[in-house]
Amino acid sequence: MLDTTSTLKRTPFYARHTALGAKMVPFAGFEMPIQYEGIVSEHRAVRGGVGVFDVSHMGEIRLTGSGARAYANRLVTNQVDLVPDGKAVYTPMCLDHGGIVDDLLVYATGEDRLLVVNAANFEKDLAWVREHAPRDVEVLDENEETAQLAVQGPRAEDVVTRLYGDRAKDLEFYTFFEEGSGEDWTLVSRTGYTGEDGFEIYVRASRALVTWDRVFEAGAPALIRPIGLGARDTLRLEMGYCLYGNDIDETTNPLEAGLGWTVRLDKPEFIGKDALVGIQKSGLPRKLVGLVLDGARIARQGSEVTAQGQPVGTVTSGSMGISLGKPVAMAYTRIDNAGTGTKLEVRTRGTESPAQVVARPMYRAGSVRAPKPRRNP
Amino acid sequence: MKVPRELKYTKEHEWVRVRGEEAEVGITDFAQGELGDVVFVELPAVGTKLSQMKSFGTIDAVKTVSDLFAPVSGEVSAVNTELKENPAFINQSPYEKGWMVRIKIANKAELDSLLTAEAYEKALGAHA
Repeated sequence: MLDTTSTLKRTPFYARHTALGAKMVPFAGFEMPIQYEGIVSEHRAVRGGVGVFDVSHMGEIRLTGSGARAYANRLVTNQVDLVPDGKAVYTPMCLDHGGIVDDLLVYATGEDRLLVVNAANFEKDLAWVREHAPRDVEVLDENEETAQLAVQGPRAEDVVTRLYGDRAKDLEFYTFFEEGSGEDWTLVSRTGYTGEDGFEIYVRASRALVTWDRVFEAGAPALIRPIGLGARDTLRLEMGYCLYGNDIDETTNPLEAGLGWTVRLDKPEFIGKDALVGIQKSGLPRKLVGLVLDGARIARQGSEVTAQGQPVGTVTSGSMGISLGKPVAMAYTRIDNAGTGTKLEVRTRGTESPAQVVARPMYRAGSVRAPKPRRNP
Repeated sequence: MKVPRELKYTKEHEWVRVRGEEAEVGITDFAQGELGDVVFVELPAVGTKLSQMKSFGTIDAVKTVSDLFAPVSGEVSAVNTELKENPAFINQSPYEKGWMVRIKIANKAELDSLLTAEAYEKALGAHA
């Protein structure tokens, strides 16, 4: 086998992954753990308990300066300027023609906006953000110096509260707090990509390994486990969350991807607004749908979707829905074939599997939707 | 990683257990480890005629799909139907419970083209 690993970057947690016997694979320019014990058991560990993902490959870009809030709001489709301090917002960032440059989290931290972007898009995004930046905004690349862990699962709150106290317990979904400065800076947000309750913890790279060890120490009573990118993919797919490069890219727009709720066409201005207004006015020709398949054959990216034999779409993501017990997929289909309950077929390697359009999220039993009990009235 | 001495192997990571006139076939411990969790196996029906090193089925793991290659030519005499309910047997017990098909060997000379355990290990060494 060719040695393709030599040019790959490593996250600060690399030594922990190899010590745990992870299977490492190239992903978005990084050498990342795809699995430790196995995707199925790791998936179930997150749905039923708590797991930790190294997501340090994600890229951090800080917008600072007096124009940062306004500029962030012009870059992305969602509202990110008038949101309260301590709020995180999921949003696409679009090209002029409405195609998606990337999907990202925007953290509202004082007057700054911290953008957390996909690893594979980091360089492209940084160039895009710098290219459009006005003079009153400074664009800071914080990628190398930042490490990130996602602690996910119904027992994540126990673990993160043990580490950070009641501040963590009190976080609402999509909010965060920061503490410390310099090398001790930490950001904890109640966010994730699994469909379970969970947190994402950002620290400086110099504090990465000690943070990993503290998370595992605090998680020991909850039988916390390391989780690889394989289960990250099966978890997000059951929730119908988009993966950039599969389900969304520069040739797709947020409206057809089912991300209309993140597109604030009522904002005065943002890059791609005119195009998206036009697209909405003329009607969508296709839509990204969730599919559940009969049988056990797995649909894969590129599999053809048909309606009574006639081609109507293409699978963008497919895998085993481990908690659903059935193969699941996402596909762009013609709008006429995108309604919930529509019966379709998916062709995989010459064989047809019956499939049904299912509203996203396909998996609905996750703890992320569970109302958070208040400690005090 | 286990490579039982008494079995024969293909470069495509199938193993063969010769029992009289029949060849029992599965995939190796190395192969199951590379594939990860197996969730579906498509196998031919009893009576299907297979040709050596032609695809006879597919194996779906969570992340990927892979073809299965017939180590020898012949007719399928038995299929492990338990894999339909328990595809994870291929991960848990690749050489025993994870067997896939038995083939009535058409031409015993084809067995000579298979790898010994030592030769297969050597081929794996080139991977590692």
